[in-house]
Amino acid sequence: MERDFTARGNHDMGGLTAGEINKNEHDYALWEKRVDAIMMLLTNDLKIMTVDQLRKGIEALPPDAYDKMTYYERWISSITNGLVEAGVISTEELRSRMAKVSSEPLREKES
Amino acid sequence: MTETSDHEHLHQYDPGHEHPLQADQDDSITYFKVMEAAVRNLLIEKKLITAEQIREKIEQMDARVPANGAKIIAKSWVDLEFKRKLLANPRKAIAEFGHDIGPLHLIVLENTEKVHNVVVCTLCSCYPRWILGLPPDWYKSREYRSRVVREPREVLQEFGTNISLDREVRVHDSTADMRYLVLPMRPKGSEGMTEDELVPLIGRDAMIGVTEVTV
Amino acid sequence: MPQFTVGEKVRVLSQWPPSPPIHCRTPYYIRGCSGIIERYCGDFPNPEELAFGRVEPRNLSLYRVRFKQRDLWDSYQGGLSDMIDIEIYENWLEKI
Repeated sequence: MERDFTARGNHDMGGLTAGEINKNEHDYALWEKRVDAIMMLLTNDLKIMTVDQLRKGIEALPPDAYDKMTYYERWISSITNGLVEAGVISTEELRSRMAKVSSEPLREKES
Repeated sequence: MTETSDHEHLHQYDPGHEHPLQADQDDSITYFKVMEAAVRNLLIEKKLITAEQIREKIEQMDARVPANGAKIIAKSWVDLEFKRKLLANPRKAIAEFGHDIGPLHLIVLENTEKVHNVVVCTLCSCYPRWILGLPPDWYKSREYRSRVVREPREVLQEFGTNISLDREVRVHDSTADMRYLVLPMRPKGSEGMTEDELVPLIGRDAMIGVTEVTV
Repeated sequence: MPQFTVGEKVRVLSQWPPSPPIHCRTPYYIRGCSGIIERYCGDFPNPEELAFGRVEPRNLSLYRVRFKQRDLWDSYQGGLSDMIDIEIYENWLEKI
């Protein structure tokens, strides 16, 4: 059956043409596991966010960004948007804290 | 996903960021690593979470490895009563192994001479992480998610798995609240093996359904 | 209570919601296609409401629907009996 494939979200890729599967794997980095842990705490423990909110935020990324960002980059981007949307953190707090973190030596960020 | 070509693009989201973004190594600084640290610090400062809770979650994450699934599969191969329970009530059966899947539901898909099952999440990356741990990169890739629903046999071939045309290939798209664990066929030649000897034969990919178990 | 029964023939609604941030869990490739109810999975909070952080989302019946691969793709190269099972909420299904 012929169907129109023009109105789908970028994340909704089932059935599209794509290349060979790259089977290389990377060990998850600590920061990636921390993103995952933050999400688990926000959903399961604190009930501040839902998994579907996380997905919605990821799906709302511009297609170009979705394709170029790594998996946990998409997650932290969506988590951050969700927290701002929920009023848990403000954009000003985020901006100043990111500036502060950027100016610190890396090992402090890794602690 | 390659990151070398991402630098220019990601800078659009952070005009003030001066560090060149690096490949994904823990000793490099990227915009999103900074974001993670900032969000984590803010949440800790607001007393919503603690550093200890993060550590605990990561420990739990690290304890979830494919061998957990392999133990379940091996038991179901040697203990038919357990296999019956695993297929009928997976939640209860895996609780015997200390695994809790929370509000999600597990469906165990039994491979037979007639059917080969393979699992995907085309919309994101749903995966039985409570048992197998975090999914492999390819499971989350555009290539796997796009193709396995439309040309599953070609995809399986890329994993070295050839399924004869008279055997049904059944794809499961994990779109909602179910999670899936494939129960592979016990391989020929393993008849005399004990449960403990069977465990190391059972790899993660066979429990996703892209490979079969061999001796 | 579930409104569809196992073995019943259903069609996935062929509706195209606006682009994100509207969120739904019905893949594009299956919309408008017909299949058979494989099982009723239980009632779960509506993801389309959860996505907006609604405190008390409506529960919806969730089904697994089985489709013949040959009905989905004109050029399907695999076996005649190849299938695909997808979880779909009742608000996306209609009787046929």
